[in-house]
Amino acid sequence: MSKLLRLDPIACDGHGLCAELFPERIRLDDWGFPIVDQRSIPPALEEHARRAVADCPKIALRLVTARTVPGER
Amino acid sequence: MTTRTTAAPAEAPHGVARLLAGMRDDGRPVGLQEHLGLHGPLVGGSGLIERVTASGLRGRGGGGFPTGTKLRAVADQRKRPFTVVNGTEGEPASRKDKALLRTVPHLVLDGALTAATAVGSREIIICIARSAARERAVLAAALAERRDKVHWRLASIPDGFVSGEETALLSALGGRAAKPTVKPPYPFERGLDNAPSLVQNAETLAHVALIARHGPGWFRSLGTETEPGTALVSLSGAVRRPGVYEIELGTPLQGLIAQAGGPSEQIDAYLVGGYFGGWTREADLRLTASSGLGAGVVVALPTATCALAETARIARYLANESAGQCGPCARGLAALAGGLEQLASGKYDDRSRLARWAQQVAGRGACHHPDGAARFVTSALATFAAETDTHLKHRRCRHRDRGVLRAAGA
Ligand SMILES: Cc1cc2nc3c(=O)[nH]c(=O)nc-3n(C[C@H](O)[C@H](O)[C@H](O)COP(=O)(O)O)c2cc1C
Ligand code: SF4
Repeated sequence: MSKLLRLDPIACDGHGLCAELFPERIRLDDWGFPIVDQRSIPPALEEHARRAVADCPKIALRLVTARTVPGER
Repeated sequence: MTTRTTAAPAEAPHGVARLLAGMRDDGRPVGLQEHLGLHGPLVGGSGLIERVTASGLRGRGGGGFPTGTKLRAVADQRKRPFTVVNGTEGEPASRKDKALLRTVPHLVLDGALTAATAVGSREIIICIARSAARERAVLAAALAERRDKVHWRLASIPDGFVSGEETALLSALGGRAAKPTVKPPYPFERGLDNAPSLVQNAETLAHVALIARHGPGWFRSLGTETEPGTALVSLSGAVRRPGVYEIELGTPLQGLIAQAGGPSEQIDAYLVGGYFGGWTREADLRLTASSGLGAGVVVALPTATCALAETARIARYLANESAGQCGPCARGLAALAGGLEQLASGKYDDRSRLARWAQQVAGRGACHHPDGAARFVTSALATFAAETDTHLKHRRCRHRDRGVLRAAGA
């Protein structure tokens, strides 16, 4: 099953640690908030992703199994 | 279901005025007996979801989501769902939901009742903005006329651009601030009191009331193949008769303008889709959700106003209306507004950063507020590129901001 990083933008306060721990998929915007790449994470990178998730002080990042939901506005 | 069936079955409306067919000239609301005389009794809910799905109806609250799919998703949940009528209409340039609720309340109530019955709800909550006193009075009177086997509740939601977003609405109903929450969970799976919640725009439900009566074939006899039916449009700006119009989906912009008596002065550009929408100068643009109609707001911007100042003012309004919960929305929209204000005053050319910021904020919030605001700003920069050059060259504009684009309270 492919894994995705999901960010809770309300919980996130732009600490920025995740971008340091997982630069392959997370960069910061002009205000220091993480822009999370939405492509699925290859197994080789999963360890980095887990570090970023574990070290987020706001518990704003989660590693989830991809699923489709009817997206709504 | 409505039990009173004193009226004989009425014929399906023939013309483009479907929802607005019964609207009275004196502006007073259509009462229950008059409503039943006009549209006939509300027929049973069995097979409603299939009929709505076959009709191809899409939500009229701005998202354009297929209504049949949503009804099915809610009906398939294990817990008993709530049905929520979204009549908050927080966008200042939008008038259509209030117009419907004020003039033909029973059409919206019928739609809510059939939809609720189809998904198995026992409670229907009608949400309107706190400031909508007239609509509240009309709805209370309309509810008093009905004998339905559901529990109706009329709720007032704090005014605000974002309070009509479905999770903000559900938060307010749950006694919390009217601010969006993170999805998933989506309202269709877990909403009010953790129960599945069917949230539909007031106009969407009015269409459902007619599809229940006249069927999907009738519904599809107007509109396009992919976007059938009619839609309400709130038209303002430089036209002779601004107001709420019902159009066949796919109608060219100029057809709508003609319906409103034509331009009242020279028009420079049209805003289609309101403050989440985009600018165009193509008068033959066909109005559909996929061409950006959104919740049906169209503004004809006259040549004799400063387009940049108008846009900057609305960008600032949208920034102020951010729920302030998500970093990129709170910080980014303020940055966009500031950059536009600099451009409008001809002081500073920040266009490359504006483009980058617009790209950065889109899709980065718990709700679609930043996406819509970014679309609005991006499209203004593209459409008014020549004006921007002039502003920067002369450090001023020939026109002042006449306030054609209305912000709340203005
Ligand atoms: C910032 C924001 C504001 C919204 N405001 C409204 C509103 O005032 N009325 C409305 O019906 N939908 C509004 N929506 C859309 C709702 O979230 C929801 O999609 C809609 O009510 C669903 O109904 P529909 O499928 O019948 O369109 C808004 C969405 C966003 C992102
Ligand atoms: S994106 Fe903006 S408006 Fe939407 S929840 Fe986050 S802060 Fe609020």
